[in-house]
Amino acid sequence: MGKPLKQHLIDPEICIRCYTCENTCTLEAIEHDDENVVVDSSKCNFCMDCIPVCPTGSIDEWRIVAEPYSLGAQFGWDELPEQEEIAAEVDEAETGLEAIDEAMTALLAEAHKGAGGKARAPASASRPTVNMYTPGRPAEATVQGNYRLTDKAGDHDVRHIILNLGKLPFPVLEGQSVGVIPPGTRADGNSHLPRLYSVSSPRDGERPNFNNLSLTVKREKRGVCSNYVCDLKPGEKVKLTGPFGSTFLLPEDPQARLLMVCTGTGSAPFRAFTMRRQRSTGANQGGMTMFFGARSPENLPYFGPLGKLPPELLRTHMVFSRIPGAPKEYVQDRIMVERDAVAELLADPATHIYICGLRGMEEGVEMAFTNISEGIGTQWLALRDTMREEGRYHVETY
Amino acid sequence: MTDSINVNYDTQIPNNVGLSSDKRVLKALEKWHPGYINWWNDLIPQKFQQSMIYLRTAVSVDPKGWAKFDYVKMPEYRWGILLAPQVEDRRIPCGEHYGEPAWQEVPGEYRSLMRRLIVIQGDTEPASVEQQRYLGLTAPSAYDMRNLFQVNVEEGRHLWAMVYLLQKYFGRDGREEANDLLRRSSGSEEAPRMLGAFNEETPDWLSFFMFTYFTDRDGKMQLEALAQSGFDPLSRSCRFMLTEEAHHMFVGETGVGRTIQRTCEAMNAAGITDPFDTDKIRDLGVIDLPLIQKKLNLHYTLSLDLFGQEVSTNAANAYNAGIKGRYMEHKIDDDHQLTNDTYKVWDLVDGKMVHHEVPALTAINMRLRDDYIGDAAGGVGRWNKIIKKLGVEFEMSQPHEAFNRKIGVFANKLFSPAGELLSGAEYDAGVPGWLPTHEDGDFIQSLMKPCFGPGSYAGWIAPPKVGINNQPGDFEYVKLYEA
Repeated sequence: MGKPLKQHLIDPEICIRCYTCENTCTLEAIEHDDENVVVDSSKCNFCMDCIPVCPTGSIDEWRIVAEPYSLGAQFGWDELPEQEEIAAEVDEAETGLEAIDEAMTALLAEAHKGAGGKARAPASASRPTVNMYTPGRPAEATVQGNYRLTDKAGDHDVRHIILNLGKLPFPVLEGQSVGVIPPGTRADGNSHLPRLYSVSSPRDGERPNFNNLSLTVKREKRGVCSNYVCDLKPGEKVKLTGPFGSTFLLPEDPQARLLMVCTGTGSAPFRAFTMRRQRSTGANQGGMTMFFGARSPENLPYFGPLGKLPPELLRTHMVFSRIPGAPKEYVQDRIMVERDAVAELLADPATHIYICGLRGMEEGVEMAFTNISEGIGTQWLALRDTMREEGRYHVETY
Repeated sequence: MTDSINVNYDTQIPNNVGLSSDKRVLKALEKWHPGYINWWNDLIPQKFQQSMIYLRTAVSVDPKGWAKFDYVKMPEYRWGILLAPQVEDRRIPCGEHYGEPAWQEVPGEYRSLMRRLIVIQGDTEPASVEQQRYLGLTAPSAYDMRNLFQVNVEEGRHLWAMVYLLQKYFGRDGREEANDLLRRSSGSEEAPRMLGAFNEETPDWLSFFMFTYFTDRDGKMQLEALAQSGFDPLSRSCRFMLTEEAHHMFVGETGVGRTIQRTCEAMNAAGITDPFDTDKIRDLGVIDLPLIQKKLNLHYTLSLDLFGQEVSTNAANAYNAGIKGRYMEHKIDDDHQLTNDTYKVWDLVDGKMVHHEVPALTAINMRLRDDYIGDAAGGVGRWNKIIKKLGVEFEMSQPHEAFNRKIGVFANKLFSPAGELLSGAEYDAGVPGWLPTHEDGDFIQSLMKPCFGPGSYAGWIAPPKVGINNQPGDFEYVKLYEA
């Protein structure tokens, strides 16, 4: 049996055969007969170009398979096959599987698409474990604490939630996510799907050697899960799935230099990265630079603790867009102000870039990188693709 | 990334055609713009104009950027002028100029023919919005309402696309034609829309779904043919419109499919196995399959009329001139000039239907219609799969092309859906079973009750399997304005 791999498929019950995907695919990986539109797994490179152009959502289907479904098999389908049980020991770092659970795989694929191609883990990253717990067999954690991170005066309620796993094994790496299953059912009577949250604590626990982890969660108006999580009280039980994610990971090489760009709760993985480095490498490391955007200091999670970190470990640029009387400033504006330092980082093959937060920031940040790259005679898109191929460019936006 | 990919928001009119440096056209469009906004504002009920609708807007014409989803009030939708990226060294794909470089300007000799084609295409775009203007009031769900308005704003954008071509390439004539596109109005006595099917009402949601499935599919085929045009700006315009048109096909196919699904589910729950037990089925508050078949018959045949006469010299001229190609011209393996080719078309000889060969050049319409029939059959087959899966014994089918036609060789002849020529008495006896009656219309109308809450659906239609942009089932697609 070959190594399990992720296969892109199209749901024949939802597809309307408009062939827009086929016309969009530059690799000619998509074709059709009189019945179905199918994806050739030997050609698809997960560029994701076909995902937004599909009017139906039928294209966003993924299966983990031992042997890819052939074109002939796909042409014969009336409906999509279920995900088959795949042997649990999947070597994610080698196969690049972010998760085995199809819904989570799709969510992560969507979150990572801003990287412009198939994401790869940093070369020196630890091997992640994925999908130990599923909606059918979730882990149960106990709430240890729930603290508001943003000032009461701020308009955002962002919370730091500590979950204790007790005796359950739950190996999670910095940058990975977990799924939280909100209680209750949806309008159609089915259970809610898990919502993904980045873990904001390092692998050895929020408190070293305690089997606990932390999440950074912003309360969303009408958000079923975020309100549930933000209202949790100590002692209450929470159902978790995961861990998920096998590419947005911290390089273990202490000399790797990190450039991190985030807004709001996008800071969660960077808190984990920072704490991991603080605990494991001390002063002898390549350094980390963070551009952190928020509306105002009152709305910036971890505002207080961040200011106390030594600059040799982490150089933080806090950027605010809604300070009364001050001009709006976004992360990309500050990146331009710091262009010399950023240019030096871009030119260094030890640099790893991480972007995490709202999708809206991608464009501006890419534009800033494009400008700075031009200044050093490099073409950004080519540099980005190289960095991504080498596991040094990571995007997780929503 | 180059300018021609990303949309420029410098001017009032978002575009990727460099409008800010084309003062003449910019001025003409800015002059046209208020009339368009007035047209839109007078059309759709105010309550919906003020609501926040979860719509997609293109921010660039490459795959990454053409579907950005967010809430927007419809009058603030950024209707823009978007052309698909220019293909380097594109050649004229058909006709006597085959192989010559594609035109970037309109050749003088084809000016009026080309203008007419663009005006006809342009005229259908606002017409459908006019036909569907009141449907929001009876939407079976916020999801469906959102889909309706997505279709509407994109038809509006398609009007912009055609108006841009008129203003940019056709001078004073083009300007007048652009104004006339806002002057004509669907169903109007004095200034109706140009094509018959676009003056019919869309009185209910099943009609809307049938319209988007069958009639918008004619639009898709016409756009496919115009996307093959040797006039490059027209080709690029239509290519981008086609990516949007796919959503309209989706709304139609899944709308009819969900209606069928709900009917079969309700029949199963009530233990009704005979699909023709229509009174009992209607008592369940769902639309019986025979009535859905009648609606299909009506919309399908109206749409066939849109392809014009089977044998047409106008169509031959347009093809030969390289203005309009065939469906998938680039995938057809022939000389692309049709010098010696023939094509089978229908004819009536002594009251009998016969196929006979005519020069392929004159049968361009017939060929496109045949391609349309094949394309439309796909979805009908998928509807049948839903029925079969739910264990009901019934099959939807496309009626014979001769049935209920107003244009072409079968016009106003009395054929049954099976294609048999009938006497007047036979036809009158059969027609209540073939086309929707007024009573059928009343029944469908009685089901058209609004159902706007997130995640809830009217009783006659099943919820979709997948949300727009993969949103969960209870997603709030419309934040309804409450005055």
